[in-house]
Amino acid sequence: MRAPPQSRRTMTEIPAPGRPIRRLNLEWLGVAPFIIFAVMFLILPTLYLVSAAFVGRDGQLTFDNIAGLFTDQILAAYWISIRISATSAGIGAIAGLAITLAIIRGRLPDALRSAIMTFSGVASNFAGVPLAFAFISTLGRLGLVTIILKALFDIDIYRAGFNILSFWGLTLTYLYFQIPLMILMIAPAVDGLKREWSEAAQTLGASSWQFWRHVGFPILWPSFLGTLSLLFANAFGAIATAYALTGSSLNIVPILLYAQIRGDALQNPGLGAALALGMIVITACANIIYLVISARAERWMR
Amino acid sequence: MSDEHFLRVENLTKTYGTTTVVKGVSFDFAKGEFISLLGPSGCGKTTILRMIAGFETPSRGSITVDGENITAIPPNQRRLGMVFQAYALFPNLNVGDNIAFGLKVAGIGRDERRTRVEEMLKLIGLPGYDKRFPYELSGGQQQRVALARAIAPRPRLLLLDEPLSALDAKIRVSLRQEIRAIQRELGITTVFVTHDQEEALSISDRIVVMNAGDIEQLGTPHDIYNRPATRFAATFVGQLNTLPARISDAAAGQANLGGRTITLPGLPSGIVNGAEIGLAIRPEMLSPVPRAESDISLDGTIHDVSFLGSVVRLRVDLQGTMVNVDTFNDQSAVPPSRGDAVAVHMASRDLMILPR
Repeated sequence: MRAPPQSRRTMTEIPAPGRPIRRLNLEWLGVAPFIIFAVMFLILPTLYLVSAAFVGRDGQLTFDNIAGLFTDQILAAYWISIRISATSAGIGAIAGLAITLAIIRGRLPDALRSAIMTFSGVASNFAGVPLAFAFISTLGRLGLVTIILKALFDIDIYRAGFNILSFWGLTLTYLYFQIPLMILMIAPAVDGLKREWSEAAQTLGASSWQFWRHVGFPILWPSFLGTLSLLFANAFGAIATAYALTGSSLNIVPILLYAQIRGDALQNPGLGAALALGMIVITACANIIYLVISARAERWMR
Repeated sequence: MSDEHFLRVENLTKTYGTTTVVKGVSFDFAKGEFISLLGPSGCGKTTILRMIAGFETPSRGSITVDGENITAIPPNQRRLGMVFQAYALFPNLNVGDNIAFGLKVAGIGRDERRTRVEEMLKLIGLPGYDKRFPYELSGGQQQRVALARAIAPRPRLLLLDEPLSALDAKIRVSLRQEIRAIQRELGITTVFVTHDQEEALSISDRIVVMNAGDIEQLGTPHDIYNRPATRFAATFVGQLNTLPARISDAAAGQANLGGRTITLPGLPSGIVNGAEIGLAIRPEMLSPVPRAESDISLDGTIHDVSFLGSVVRLRVDLQGTMVNVDTFNDQSAVPPSRGDAVAVHMASRDLMILPR
């Protein structure tokens, strides 16, 4: 049972009965900027989008915008967005976990861990136009790596089917920030695996695989799934990298949404709001999965 | 291989870089013995335990259990049980699954596992707890489950790595008695690592007193306490007073203590007349009232009085030397006060000449 909250007032500050003094709690000032930003740039725009999704061009309540989501083009955009997000999240999560296990549980030098963690902090935030340019410069048709592979090893990746402006090209580009993000987010969970657990399993006769199967991976599983859902949401909402890399050649939801609200021939703000609402619902689902699963993980780690 | 040499450690050495943390340690233990490795932090006791478990590789030496040299065998093939200081229960498994873990990985069938888990839960006094998770248990309960998990696969040797250190004082005492009772019931050879001398003295068949990577003394609790082999063993195990004395007649075994001539039992060879020596004596061997066996009495002043429950400890200034005098609590007597004059009585046979 939780103890009742303690008053921080001293005896001399006790107000007279019947005249409670309301004092400004200064701690709120510290979080005020965050709250103001969240209200102005997250909550209010979200509310606006939700309401705009149900308003027609004539200003009347309508479900046409929502119904408009269920066209072949938009459903295909959602499907390819979900595929790219799921693939980059899945590969990023598995690769990130493998790297994290190697640098934390493996017998690699400590300096390598610190170098990779520092790099991950930078790379996980490296997105948008610079990232797109970096990949075009290296893996584009005339990119450095493409040319080197062709000149030195006679490997033509484009003739082999690769295209930086394709599904796999975008997925590969997303992996540049997905893998480091996974490393940063799963590292505390891997750190939390106590050495005594594997030692206890060994003295009980378990092989390394049996330890990971029955203990290690089940303990990491909630953290892994939770981080996977965050990676999915991260990729699903990404626009700048995709737009800078593929322009409009890859029809993913953020690019479609961009086209609807930027005033070109496709302009339909109501449909744009409905597209955004769909994205909010999908990313909210991913985040709810994360919260539920991480709460379960925290229960184990008490 | 006879039962007397069930666990044999020979010339065990562990070196990290230029630092040797275990220096050629050897010992033999019989089947069913409860042995404690006792010493301060950094003395090498945990390293020895971890080498027996297989988590550390010896730089030199060998470890034999029941005639089998296990020095190079991986930990999961040694058939040993281990209990850790921080319990190390698997948090994702309930109590039943934790206890059954060793049986499961050994391929034991579900029914047999269930029967064994029930046996173990009964043994540790937690029947009906099989569906609970570790986080739902107290520290003492978790450590009992860890013990049950370690002994469920019937290991040939049980290793206890300071299993009581994380528990509060009352639970420590009750759990150590339970561990000893279970160990006796199962007859399992047990190596217990602790830095707590009281724990070691209270539950061990034999104790290995360790210091700086080496064995100072190996013996029964009674021997270690009453006949310490080294100065370290004498000072580390139990409270000890040291009284300065001077050899007055080495041939007759006589020394001068506080202006009185006393005859010492078993004066070591090589001591010459006029040599300064330290005479050690346990606090409970000193008394403010004469006993039948007392043949020495020194005058002093009470410097402090500490009430420790069943024992009252007097800190007495004996002509410049501070000593502790332990007396049993007597609820009908008025405790002495600071500044009171007191005569401290002792028997010369209880004095130990501290080895150098």
